[in-house]
Amino acid sequence: MSDLLHHHIKLPEGSIEKQTTTLNLGPTHPATHGVMQNIIELDGERIVSAEQTIGYIHRAFEKLAERRPLYQITPLTDRLNYCSSPLNNMGWHMACEKLLGVKTPKRVDYLRVIIMELARISDHLICNSIVGVDSGAYTGFLYVMQQRELIYEIYEEICGSRLTTNIGRIGGFERNFNATAFEKLDKFLKEFPKVWKEFEDLFTRNRIFMDRLKGTGAISSERALSYGFTGPNLRASGVDYDVRVHTPYCSYEDFDFVVPVGTTGDNYDRFLVRGEEVWQSLNIIEQAKRKLEEFTGADAEIYHADVPEYYLPKKEDVYTKMEALIWHFKIVMGETAIPKGEVYHSIEAANGELGFYFISDGGRTPYRLHFRRPCFIYYQAYSELTKGAMLSDAIMTMSSLNLIAGEMDA
Amino acid sequence: MLRNYRVIRLLNYQIMALTNEIIRTRLLEKFGEQLTEWSEPYEMLTFTAPKEMNLKVLQFLYDDETLKFRFMTDLCAVHYPERIGEELAVVYHLHNLADNIRVRFKVFVNVGQPDVFTASKLFEAANWMERETYDFFGVNFVGHPNLKRILNVDEMDYFPLRKEFPLEDQTRVDKDDEMFGRGGTFGYGTEKELVGGTLAEDQKHNEGSGIL
Repeated sequence: MSDLLHHHIKLPEGSIEKQTTTLNLGPTHPATHGVMQNIIELDGERIVSAEQTIGYIHRAFEKLAERRPLYQITPLTDRLNYCSSPLNNMGWHMACEKLLGVKTPKRVDYLRVIIMELARISDHLICNSIVGVDSGAYTGFLYVMQQRELIYEIYEEICGSRLTTNIGRIGGFERNFNATAFEKLDKFLKEFPKVWKEFEDLFTRNRIFMDRLKGTGAISSERALSYGFTGPNLRASGVDYDVRVHTPYCSYEDFDFVVPVGTTGDNYDRFLVRGEEVWQSLNIIEQAKRKLEEFTGADAEIYHADVPEYYLPKKEDVYTKMEALIWHFKIVMGETAIPKGEVYHSIEAANGELGFYFISDGGRTPYRLHFRRPCFIYYQAYSELTKGAMLSDAIMTMSSLNLIAGEMDA
Repeated sequence: MLRNYRVIRLLNYQIMALTNEIIRTRLLEKFGEQLTEWSEPYEMLTFTAPKEMNLKVLQFLYDDETLKFRFMTDLCAVHYPERIGEELAVVYHLHNLADNIRVRFKVFVNVGQPDVFTASKLFEAANWMERETYDFFGVNFVGHPNLKRILNVDEMDYFPLRKEFPLEDQTRVDKDDEMFGRGGTFGYGTEKELVGGTLAEDQKHNEGSGIL
């Protein structure tokens, strides 16, 4: 029989004798939620080893950035973590401002905080609802998608785009938030808590969901630190590191919020930490709104810092004023020299510490720009997280880590 | 409501027991004049170590009871073609989470023989970051368990973030191809040498040899 088999079917050498199965999970598998590959060695349904291949959507952002003036790099940052583009945009603007020594007005900081926290909410609700989808509960996902739509409508009102936002500029925003933007924000703040409460009621104490998540994909705090985890994934394993608190930027020191921390670092804790962070973000937005109401008269019209060298002037000024025309021309043609310097600036993005290491040699474009992408750094722990686990648990681990291929591959 | 996590209040969490001055003194006590180019751009302590010392410095920063730099934030490289003999800089960003202070240090290596000891035994996070650095700059991390390309294709035979690979000049004037706006003979990677000194001359040389 064996001879017959070998005679008629050409199988690779050793494939019959092998005790384990090799499974290619990805690059276009629906469960990866992004373009990445896992070559998994399976013994039955247990994972013996997993090896990752990434880079399928590598777009050479670091190289491209070396040829672009600062304002043209913002659209590149959109495409890192595309579930929360405004966070990346703001981080980039702040890195530039740090290098240039620009001090932004308080009102700009508060407006930015609103946008950043909205982005964090939209990112976390995707991640948590995708965890639901992968455990077989699709309804929650569709339900919160409606809420994400409300967030996108707010972005739209401010910058005109939705997913890859390119929001804001160095020094502030391109325009002031209009009344409709605040109306839409109010609508979101009114509707969303109910929906999120419902979502949590559906999942948090759901027996099936808990059984699927508890104890799977766990990582200790020591290992998480060694692997360079940051953000909700690190906090889920019990380390209270949050860039917003440790190295406050954008006036986060003015806000009162708590940093939720887990204990076991498993999928369930990651789910809970993200869930609670959404509540905290809502709280921060409420505070920021109250702080914004304190600005009256001319102060309420401030939406950018005075940096004519880098802040694109208003279009009507370009057509009517000489200085604005000159600055516009110089910025658009990329003719402004960036001061010499070396800066590392990081923000708490939805996935953790998003860092910008920016070296300028006094030219018009960055000499070197390196993105510290949290996703890229913690994905290497995936083989350790899934070793010995069931295949279905590995899928949950992948979604609860919130792996975004765009951020991983830069 | 039942929730199984602790909520820790961390507002205004600012312990600055450790300062740049203390770090610098500790390092100078240990390594003396071997560490050079001290500076503090934007308040982050920065210094340079000899390339064969990178692991010793990392280990000391990790083990020392006052320094405790036990979190690797970032690892990347920078290419400085004008620094003859030490063209590639490998840059480490470390973070002391307990005292909340960061430090940056660099080692410079010759681009001809870019050997640096791997930090992946000390920090798991360094594994992929070193692979990325190898992928883009060709830094050879000695002792790395799996030093191969990570984001680019395996067949690639050059290191794209080095400065000898300039991006296309956006103001170039030789985009006169009637169909695609550029010469169709520009090779991918090093598989094709430019015959003329510039792309335009090369294009002239290869006229009619195909569009893209």
